[in-house]
Parts: sequence; structure tokens; C-alpha cells
Amino acid sequence: MIDMPMPEWLRIRRSKNADQRDAALWSKCPKCGEVLYRRDLAANLFVCTKCNYHFRMSAYDRISTLIDGDFTEVGAEVLPGDPLGWVDKKTYSVKIAADKEKSGLSEGAVCGFGQINGFDVGLGVMDFHFRGGTMGTVVGERITMLLEEARARKVPCIIFTASGGARMEEGMFALMQMAKTTAAVQRFLNDGNFYVTVLTDPTTGGVSASFAFESDVIIAEPKAMIGFAGRRVIEQTIRQKLPDQFQTAEFLLEKGAIDMVVDRHDLKETLTRLLEYAAGGVKVSA
Amino acid sequence: MNLIVEREKGLVELEKRIAELRAVNASQPVDMSPEIAALEQKYEEILREVFGTLSPWEKVHMARHPARPTSLDYISQFDRFDELHGDRMFRDDPAIVGGFALLNGRAVMLLGQQRGRDTKENLRRNFGMVTPEGYRKVKRLAHTASRLGLPIVTFVDTKGADPGISSEEHAQSEAIAMCLYEFTAARVPIVATVVGEGGSGGALALAIADHVIMLENSVYSVASPEGCAAILWGDASKAEEAASRLKLTSADLQQFGIVDEIVPEPLGGAHRDPTATVTRVLSAINTSVQRLAALAPEQLQEERYQKYRRLGAWQVERREAIGTR
Repeated sequence: MIDMPMPEWLRIRRSKNADQRDAALWSKCPKCGEVLYRRDLAANLFVCTKCNYHFRMSAYDRISTLIDGDFTEVGAEVLPGDPLGWVDKKTYSVKIAADKEKSGLSEGAVCGFGQINGFDVGLGVMDFHFRGGTMGTVVGERITMLLEEARARKVPCIIFTASGGARMEEGMFALMQMAKTTAAVQRFLNDGNFYVTVLTDPTTGGVSASFAFESDVIIAEPKAMIGFAGRRVIEQTIRQKLPDQFQTAEFLLEKGAIDMVVDRHDLKETLTRLLEYAAGGVKVSA
Repeated sequence: MNLIVEREKGLVELEKRIAELRAVNASQPVDMSPEIAALEQKYEEILREVFGTLSPWEKVHMARHPARPTSLDYISQFDRFDELHGDRMFRDDPAIVGGFALLNGRAVMLLGQQRGRDTKENLRRNFGMVTPEGYRKVKRLAHTASRLGLPIVTFVDTKGADPGISSEEHAQSEAIAMCLYEFTAARVPIVATVVGEGGSGGALALAIADHVIMLENSVYSVASPEGCAAILWGDASKAEEAASRLKLTSADLQQFGIVDEIVPEPLGGAHRDPTATVTRVLSAINTSVQRLAALAPEQLQEERYQKYRRLGAWQVERREAIGTR
């Protein structure tokens, strides 16, 4: 189990499997190969204690590191359909069932409301462990419900992205989620609300080219891979190897595509500061 | 290799023979018309046999046919067109053609993805794959149209957004996202027509519209069949199967409520009678622009919002619903 206080909602939400995964005592850093004691890793916000590699976080772990107290979900009742009756090497429904089991999630995004250092916020978190964070109808629907509800409540909205792009198994219904979420962002922003996105590893394709890049402030986690086209597609097109740095958060910062790269340890404080600016500032004692 | 082009090669011989007989008939006293009629009938039969019912994979090839009318073939038939160039930042992207035009006297903003019809033009137009500069031109012109109250008319024809180094360096994602944003915000009617291949987010950037038209044999897909096959099957040779599973034809998408109107094509494809095809498309555009121009900006925005809001397929409490209008 994670060695930090766990709110009741999180305890209930966690599946047996997520618990089992946490119960595994050791995790190996994919970057430097260091074998890390799972408890130390969780206490360090899933950042490698040796090389600072930012592990891909599960949605509920992420929420628990940011939200103080209660978190009320929106859209949890929306579950995936299978509009095309999709079959490739497996059926879509088998893939969905396997990812539910593996991730302990009902879909690739968890959205809801809670407080960050006293600020009411809408928070959406995508999870790469569910179908590679791809956006199908449910991800689009939950993100849209979050933005609509945040607009109704007039509170800032923060969305963490992690996505391989549109979910092909839902065909054009998946592509249409780009339009749906964008329309919701547009209404939300048009009312004068504040919108922040945090791009985590990886953020690509249809998510990258819609609500990820439509925010007031775009933050990225260190070394996160961010881009529209996948690395392999580009390499096949230009028939040459790309440099390692290409499409990293740091690369995008240098190119002017994002506002800041923030270490996970500083993320909550950075978000709080941004929320303070958007609220007009802080009280100064006389 | 294009499947349709390959099949057409088999027809060339017959076309030649008919032409020859016609020439003979005109210059000789012998009446050859029964022979000609017979041959023509046979030709029609073969056409129907070869092109009467196309599989999704054949439609993908039809949509990519080198002789298929491109955006400029439609744009050039407007009463007037003044092209506008550039993103005001870096360069002018020839894969996007945009500018003011007149449609039955009404000023509109035209925006189209333009591929080339030969190798040389394709190199210049980057095979219709749009770079961030092109999308920023689209965004700029759509914004102007919205401010001036001019309907936006788009033509979609792209394999997908350009996947190059410079496009990534110039924030392709942001450029596409901002097009989507501008189109959802526009206070004017938007009519989009998929004239060839509608590939992924790069196509959607010009296709959020109040009225979406598709040519009968066009395709519109979340990913190219080849890309989808490579990713989901791990085998690019499964593209034909992917094409049929993706439900990318005009008939499928109309059923889903993603496409509003299908414009029929001549037997054998739009390129067999480009003039008639272009005329039909322009007439369909004109009808919907007229209808939409009568609506107040707020109503257009609200209806557009609700249209996309409903699209998707999900379950709530075990009740399955496919969202359509």
C-alpha cells in the first residue's frame, strides 16, 4: 500500500488489482534500471529516487497527490459501448475487460471536483494504463461533463493528459470527441474561466490536438513525450532516426509550444500559485 | 498502386474500340450503329460489374484516385475567387487554398485541402498533408469570416496532417486544436464537404460544421486503414480488413449522424464526369448555406454544440445508446 494518508473515497475506488500491484514490493525504473522499494517510490510521488524518472501514474494515485479531502466524481456512470462491434486480433469488449482488470479503472479518464490548497477545482486525469489513454467516447464524454460542470460552478479546471491518441476501435465516434471536448473548452473559456493542462508521458494525437493544447497555461512533466504524430510514423516518413530529445517536454519548451516544465514534486505548489493568479492574487497582511 | 486505376486499364481497350468504330461510322457509308450500340451496352455492363458496388477498401482507392476532382476543381467553379495567403508568421502552405469567393452572389470564405494531380504538384502541395502554417492560415481566415458574418465553406481532402520534423517543431497539435476551437466558436454557417480522403484530426480541423456533405465514394476515418492495421493488427497488410471494420464510407457515417448529406457520383467515380460532380456539389453547398444563413449566430452555435455533444456511443447503467441527432 502507498505509505501516505489515503482518503476514504480512494480506498473505496481502488480495485483489488491496484492493491495487488501496490503490494508488489519492488519496481524497476524503466529509465535507469534501479530496483526501487515500492513504498519509497510511492512516497516520492512515483519519481525514481535515483534518476528522477517520472513514472506513469495511475489516475487515482495522481488525484490523491493533489486533492485535499474529498473528491466527487462526474461521469463515472458513463461506460464504454462498442458501436462498431470491433474485432481485430481480439474483440474490443475483451480488450476493455482486460484493461479494467489490469488498471482497476472503468475507463481512461477520471474526472471530478475537489480542493487544492483551498481552491475549488475541476480535475480530470487520464490514465495511460487503460487502452494507452486513448480517447474514445467515454473519455470525451467525461472530459466534456467535467468542463460543463466546472463552467456551471465557475471554478478553474485542470486536466492531466496521457494519451496515445484517438481510440481506433470506436472509429469516427472517437474522432468526434475532439470536436466535442473542444466545444466544451470553448464555452468554458468564453465565460472567463481558468483552464490549465498538465501534459504527462505520453500526450499525442487526437488528445494533443484538442483539449491538451487549448488551455491558458500548459505545463509538462519532465521528459514527457509530447507531439501530434508518433515518433515511428515520423521516422518512417522521413526515413531517418530522430534525435532522442525530439518531442520531449524540454524540446517543446524550447520551441515555445508549452509554458513550463515542472518536476512532480513542485507540481501542487505551481498549480496553487497559478490558481492564486487566476483568482486575482493573494491577501497581503497590513 | 491504385486498385481503381488498375481496373480502368481493362476498360481502355474497349473505349478505344468504340471510338474507332464511331470514327469509321462517320466516314464510311456502311452503318455500324448496331455494332456500336452493342459494344456500348457491353461497356456499360462491365462498368456496372466493376464499379456498381464498391467495397470500403475499393472506396479508399477511389477517394485517392489521381484523376479525382480536387478542392481547386470545386473552388474554380465559384462565381469568383480571390485567394489569400499565409499564416502571417512563417510561411504560406500550398496544401491549403483559401480566400473570398462568391456563391450565387453571396460572399463566402473558402478553405480547402489541396493535393496535387501529378508528382510535381504533389511535391509542392505536400500530397495535401497540411503543416501547422496551413492550419494557422485556416484559423486566421475562419476568424475573419466569423467576424464579417460570411459563411465558411470547406473542402476536405487529406491523408492526414503532415507528420514531419518541422511540423512538430511548429506545434502541429496546437495548430490543429486552434482550428477546431475557431470552428466551434464561429458565429457563421459552416458547410464542409469531404471530396476525397478525410484522414483523422488533420481532416477534422476543416470539418467541424453545421452541415457535413460527403461525396458518395469519399472516405472519412479516425486513422488510415494502413495505419490502423499496423497498430491494431501489427500487420499493414490487414489494411483491407481495417477499411471495412473502420466504417469509413459515406453511407456508414450518415447512419451514425456524423455526415448529413451524401452527393451521388457517376458510375465509376467522380472523375468520370467531373463537371457534373462539381455542379452537384456546389448546388448542395448552396442549398445548405442558404438555409443556414437564415439562422441567428447564437442558434447556429447552440445547434452546432448540441450536434457534437450527442456524438458517441456509450452505456449508462447497462443501457446502450448510440448518440445521433
